[in-house]
Amino acid sequence: MKPFRMFGRSIRDAFRSVFRNFSLSLASISCITITLIIVAIALLASLNVDNFAKVIKEDVTIVVFVDRDVDDDGIKKIEANLKRIENISTIDYKSKAELRKEMQASSSILDATMKDWSEEENPLKATFQVKVKEIEQIEDTATTIEKMDGVDSVNYGKTMVNRFLSAFKVIEKGTIIAVILLVLVTVFLIVNTIKLTIFSRKREISIMRLVGAGNFSIKMPFVVEGMILGIIGSIIPILIVIYGYYAFYQHFDGQIYSPLIRLIVPEPFIYWISLTVLAIGIVVGMLGSYQAVRKYLKI
Amino acid sequence: MDLELIRMKDVMMQYKNGVTAIYNLNLKIKKGDFVFIIGGTGSGKSTLIKMLYREERPTKGEIIVGGLNVARLRNSKVYKLRRKLGIVFQDYRLLPKSTVYENVAFALEVIGTKRDEINKKVLKALELVGLKGKIRNYPDQLSGGEQQRVAIARAIVNQPKLLLCDEPTGNLDPEKSMEIMKVLEDINNTLGTTIVMATHDKDIVNKMKKRVVTLKEGRLVSDEEKGKYKNEAI
Repeated sequence: MKPFRMFGRSIRDAFRSVFRNFSLSLASISCITITLIIVAIALLASLNVDNFAKVIKEDVTIVVFVDRDVDDDGIKKIEANLKRIENISTIDYKSKAELRKEMQASSSILDATMKDWSEEENPLKATFQVKVKEIEQIEDTATTIEKMDGVDSVNYGKTMVNRFLSAFKVIEKGTIIAVILLVLVTVFLIVNTIKLTIFSRKREISIMRLVGAGNFSIKMPFVVEGMILGIIGSIIPILIVIYGYYAFYQHFDGQIYSPLIRLIVPEPFIYWISLTVLAIGIVVGMLGSYQAVRKYLKI
Repeated sequence: MDLELIRMKDVMMQYKNGVTAIYNLNLKIKKGDFVFIIGGTGSGKSTLIKMLYREERPTKGEIIVGGLNVARLRNSKVYKLRRKLGIVFQDYRLLPKSTVYENVAFALEVIGTKRDEINKKVLKALELVGLKGKIRNYPDQLSGGEQQRVAIARAIVNQPKLLLCDEPTGNLDPEKSMEIMKVLEDINNTLGTTIVMATHDKDIVNKMKKRVVTLKEGRLVSDEEKGKYKNEAI
């Protein structure tokens, strides 16, 4: 009973002191709000950049050209062999005839040259369009496929893929570092702001000690108060995330310049970001208060 | 039965800056006593009070308060001692943004007392100091004497065995000071609370006719039952 009673009191005291020390609370809240807005924007940006990378990676395809003299059994054999390769996620077979139809449909010039070919004259090669799971290992996978019986050659845009790969690595690392740095700066700023506001309540803490409050029951209301400040401080950033991202997404119609650079669909993405922002606000508020009170408890 | 509430044995207190505030002090205070600690500025009387509630630790010696070895008490356990005693200061030390009632109730809330019990005890304590009519006021709406009475109510609301007072009348005029002394004497008589009060108010000491412990430059120079304020000792 007693711990619950004291916890209840901590919550009541925390709310009370948020409002009685309103100007100081406002300082902490606005600090939390501003830094959380920056963190939220950084999160949105970095996750979207990650998403671009993912979409592009998923689009990379190895085209496997089959030798012209391979018959239907040979095709099945190649398919079975391909399925055995660990790194392959999807295999899409296209016969010579199918390819010819596709090409004829895609342009009238091609159609004009190809429509007179008989089935035997068709110079195209049957292909497998293969997508890989791990793009980092695409080179190994491609060489393995190339060595298989009945495979004429493979093509996956080697130089472009390599260039993308190294660019993505830099971008991923960069965004992670940026977000971590921003969160650290936020914590630092908020801890200092709360320290300043608690400094003015040194007297209150000394009176608590004087009347026999244990360390835990002194810290508790301050930590709860930090939590409340964190929650209040994350309201505006969350609204910005939800409405701002929606507007942004709709303005660009879900993609930037090309269908390859696709934005993340707002739902449920924005709710996850909001929850993350709220969690950062709460944790940082609590941590800040905890650190700040500790100083006055002579521990 | 042990009637001693406080026992100080060979206590020496030296501050970090090298100043020695107390030399070889031996003192025993019985339950229910009313003791004045007197002395001029720098005599060590405030240090003595501070050591009793473990704001300062003695450099040497032993201090037992209500069975607790105060000299060896760790920071994180100080609350155990503080719950056994009440403390009143010259500057009242009230929470300015809490009402009179909340200030007194605060002392019980931090130790987790039930709400109806808090209500009963707070009203009783405020009645004892004569402030039952002002429970909804804030400290800055009260006079100095009234604020000090709130502080006393807060100190005794937990029914401690010991009440420490560090110059409680230092900021008050003689008339208000005597009111405070009446409240303290009343507490001493009706509740049996042991009171140790540091002061340099000559009139109060002479009028009250209680035990007087005189300190001079950190040394105990006299200890008399029903003593008077000695100018020559200071």
